[in-house]
Amino acid sequence: MYPTIVFLPLAGALIAGFFGRWLGARTSAVVTSTFLLLSAVLSWIAFFQVGIAGQDTRVELLQWVSSGDLQVSWALRIDTLTVVMLVVVNTISSLVHVYSIGYMSHDPHRPRFFAYLSLFTFAMLMLVTSDNFLQMFFGWEGVGLMSYLLIGFWYHKPEANAAAIKAFLVNRVGDFGFALGIFAIFYIFGAIQFDTVFAAAPDQVGKTFTFLSWDLDVLTTICLLLFMGAMGKSAQFLLHTWLPDAMEGPTPVSALIHAATMVTAGVFMVARLSPLFEFSPTALGVVTFVGATTAFFAATVGLVQNDIKRVVAYSTCSQLGYMFVALGVGAYGVGIFHLFTHAFFKALLFLGSGSVIHAMDDEQDMRNMGGLCKMLPYTWIVMLIGTLALTGFPLTAGYFSKDAIIESAFAAHSGVGLYAFILTVMAALLTSFYSWRLMFMTFHGTSRASAETLNKAHESPLVMMVPLVILAIGSLGAGFLFKGMFIGEGYSDFWRSALFTLPSNHILEAMHHVPAAVVAAPFVMMASGFVLAWMFYLVIPKAPENLADAFRPLYLFLLNKWYFDELYDALFTKPAHRIGRVLWKKGDGAIIDGIGPDGVAARVIDVTRGMIRLQSGYVYHYAFAMLIGVALLITYFMFAGGAAS
Amino acid sequence: MTTGWPILSAIIFLPMLGALFILAIRGEDEIAIRNARYVALWTTIITFLLSLVIWIEFDSTTHVFQFEEKRDWLGASISYRLGVDGISMLFVILTTFLMPLCVLASWNAIQSRVKAYMIAFLVLETLMVGVFCAMDLVVFYLFFEGGLIPMFLIIGVWGGQRRVYASFKFFLYTLLGSVLMLLAIMAMYWEAGTTDIPALLAYQFPPGMQTWLWFAFLASFAVKMPMWPFHTWLPDAHVEAPTAGSVVLAAVLLKMGGYGFLRFSIPMFPLASEQFAPLIFLMSIIAITYTSLVALAQEDVKKLIAYSSVAHMGFVTMGLFTLTTQGLEGGIFQMLSHGIVSAALFLCVGVIYDRMHTRQIDAYGGLVNRMPLYAFCFMVFTMANVGLPGTSGFVGEFLTLVGAFRVNTWVAFFATSGVILSAAYALWLYRRVVFGQLEKPELKAITDLNTREIVVLMPLVVLTILFGIYPAPLLDVMSVSVDHLIKNYEAAIATAEQAKLALVH
Repeated sequence: MYPTIVFLPLAGALIAGFFGRWLGARTSAVVTSTFLLLSAVLSWIAFFQVGIAGQDTRVELLQWVSSGDLQVSWALRIDTLTVVMLVVVNTISSLVHVYSIGYMSHDPHRPRFFAYLSLFTFAMLMLVTSDNFLQMFFGWEGVGLMSYLLIGFWYHKPEANAAAIKAFLVNRVGDFGFALGIFAIFYIFGAIQFDTVFAAAPDQVGKTFTFLSWDLDVLTTICLLLFMGAMGKSAQFLLHTWLPDAMEGPTPVSALIHAATMVTAGVFMVARLSPLFEFSPTALGVVTFVGATTAFFAATVGLVQNDIKRVVAYSTCSQLGYMFVALGVGAYGVGIFHLFTHAFFKALLFLGSGSVIHAMDDEQDMRNMGGLCKMLPYTWIVMLIGTLALTGFPLTAGYFSKDAIIESAFAAHSGVGLYAFILTVMAALLTSFYSWRLMFMTFHGTSRASAETLNKAHESPLVMMVPLVILAIGSLGAGFLFKGMFIGEGYSDFWRSALFTLPSNHILEAMHHVPAAVVAAPFVMMASGFVLAWMFYLVIPKAPENLADAFRPLYLFLLNKWYFDELYDALFTKPAHRIGRVLWKKGDGAIIDGIGPDGVAARVIDVTRGMIRLQSGYVYHYAFAMLIGVALLITYFMFAGGAAS
Repeated sequence: MTTGWPILSAIIFLPMLGALFILAIRGEDEIAIRNARYVALWTTIITFLLSLVIWIEFDSTTHVFQFEEKRDWLGASISYRLGVDGISMLFVILTTFLMPLCVLASWNAIQSRVKAYMIAFLVLETLMVGVFCAMDLVVFYLFFEGGLIPMFLIIGVWGGQRRVYASFKFFLYTLLGSVLMLLAIMAMYWEAGTTDIPALLAYQFPPGMQTWLWFAFLASFAVKMPMWPFHTWLPDAHVEAPTAGSVVLAAVLLKMGGYGFLRFSIPMFPLASEQFAPLIFLMSIIAITYTSLVALAQEDVKKLIAYSSVAHMGFVTMGLFTLTTQGLEGGIFQMLSHGIVSAALFLCVGVIYDRMHTRQIDAYGGLVNRMPLYAFCFMVFTMANVGLPGTSGFVGEFLTLVGAFRVNTWVAFFATSGVILSAAYALWLYRRVVFGQLEKPELKAITDLNTREIVVLMPLVVLTILFGIYPAPLLDVMSVSVDHLIKNYEAAIATAEQAKLALVH
């Protein structure tokens, strides 16, 4: 069954990709979507078999790289963490496939689109089922490639191409660390299978090895190198710049890849490697710090963005930061729980935004929207549900998972935990504010759209609405239903060995004993954010403008995303091109060639100027003369040498 | 596994026979030219099929040379001796596999002196296969240097506008290196009294002499490879060479440098190899970072790919001199993979060059609109070039880096940064050539791959992905020979250590 789950999407991708031209767009879409739906159903069966009935297993597929003591196979590792990811990936992916049938109905390249979506799903499934670091890296780079291709799906748009390349390159910076981490693991452990490495990890505690020129702690170094990969893929602070630009891709892609699945790969990775991270408090501290910083930073930028998709993108970035906070304080289950619930409501928000964009004739700027709730009542309702879940309204999905993260940060009772607690609470206020700002600017108030657009505005077709409704149900119920298993009393039965915690790790217990003020903090923040947004955008619509004018530098700072793009451009992109040019013209041209062949040639030409005229005959003669010369020389030396000795 | 008849000689001289056949074709009319093409095609195909026999019959459980042939030639000590082991056999297959593709790629592209062109290619094949089969230094040297002549002619006669400069540079560089190698070969003969390779492999050269011999061989192989800073002939040669010339140059001729390290430098001069490995590492990581940055600045498609070849060869030399199983196997695998991928990339450039007759990146853009199939093939090879897992490019790069990390983390650190840079230049090239709007009027009528081009590119697509997912057919063949190489190397180092200790006491 497990190979079927993983390879059905691949089969769909191959059919749509190679035969889509003959099958037609409709058939390609139906085939890939059906395969994905099948995969999703099987994933839920697997979820109950493994998560509830506890049937962990391992499926060996094929030998891969075998070189000396490095032995790697293609294999599927099936445990609770895997099946949770299978469910998330396949559920969201199948819904996005179905939704895309409607959303992309006017696009001439639908077979290619569905082939890409399915191929992405396959790569993501290879990632989450990997049983060794190399296969994880395969999935990791595979989803990176598909993300690159899907961001650049509309290849005629220069911005889309630029965003695609940026995504690939920034991820490669992260992968640079990931790759070094894998090398270090093989160097230390002599294997890259998870089981072997995890079993040997406790022996490495406190040991050091020479990395570059320093003696460093083995596990901390390895974990931090690997985490660099996670930072790239999950768009964490410093390596986040690609995610907002990735919104150039079609909206279903943003929902699937840049909200629900691929960007959570970093979170999955840290959870999967909990048997390593758990032994390195330093690495965990870094994870918390980076996560908290991202959660806050991205939320501040989200406050002022006007593109509806970019607001949701920064929100994703911020929520990923929350997940890392939970992982960093040792509450792996909480982090994965938020990954699980977030997949539903963030996919919902993206697809809902897509529904708005679809209705508004590809308009994405919220300044040209407003008052759409009458035209798009169903979209409005599902977006409302998504917003409630994101902001953590009681009993919705986000309420259970997000509040748990904030509590766990406080319960960590460490310096970095406190830092994370303060920033995540502040981010909760910002989250609530920008989410409601999005709702109010889009659906409420007076409309700022042109009359022509408004007249054409229409509710999306059923094929788009059904996935939205299913996601809305998930956004409401996923937290309530699964809380017990993921982070509650069922924790140890559910996760078993999939998540590793040291006996000294009592974070889940401690979460239940935090002061009432801490428990209430997120709710207060959520409510304040709502009130503020309501005041700013519905009651006193002039307020945002006045505020922006009063704090112009701060506003510009936020609007320009803390100037990271400009900074990186000046620090890396431009110098790389400049250095390349200098090395080419000066290094290769002036120095190496100038002293080497050209210099020598110039002298030779001076001497043999006359000979040059005999060019073509000269070539042959010269070449053959050399061969004959070689033979003569050897013969001579052989006989002379023989005579001498 | 010695079959009764001289199969290696047959593979080596079959192309020569084809060349003689073409020579016998009279006239320069259409029919004669067509016949010449078909003779070349069938000769190379039959040679390839024949060479598959040695892969099928190959015994990968032993390191000894197989399919041996030996005939007296120049006196008792220089003989015509052939054989292949787990390291060389695959290079023979690579060569014979690519030749039919080269002939097909030249089918319409070459219109002048077709007979001479095909003869040059067939002679080149003979010489290249000979290099990988030779088991006598003199035989090796003759094949190794002889290969220069047809290549020189291919660039010089059928090349682009600056072909004379390029072929001149190519010749000057390689000749300079090989003169030093010739001196070293003579010195080895004086010292050991034989040029028989298996005998030389067993012979222990004095440590002082090893250094000199090692550097003499390095001069030749570093130019061939090419290693930084002896690489500047390569971009010029590639740019001016006709498509098939570039393919052979990148896919096979460059590999002779790496093969030379494996066959001579490392096993025959182990002490010098150990001593100067850091020098190789330095040159390798400069090659990887420096040439990747230079590639980023290129405006000519072929030049960009040529520079990327230099960077990829940096991974090879780095891997080989780690003297670890992963490093060596990765280096060999990288050479084979690069043989497939760089050949494919140059063929891809050839496809659009045949249509537009320009190599300037600026002249293209938006090709995907009219050439989806081409875009697909080019994407696969671009991804293999950046070392994406699942393509053959990844396996070699990964293994060499694993090997490097075991030996020196700084080397691994700088070499790994190559993965970022390679992605940068490769994706940027792809974006400028393939993606975007199709705006240039002269591109409006460009056509997608024709049947002949599909036949040429598809096998390469399949192999690129197959060996990325299942590299075992290649790795299994080489593993015993590589183990043997490492064992001998370590034994030589240990003996030298003991001798040093004995001297101290």
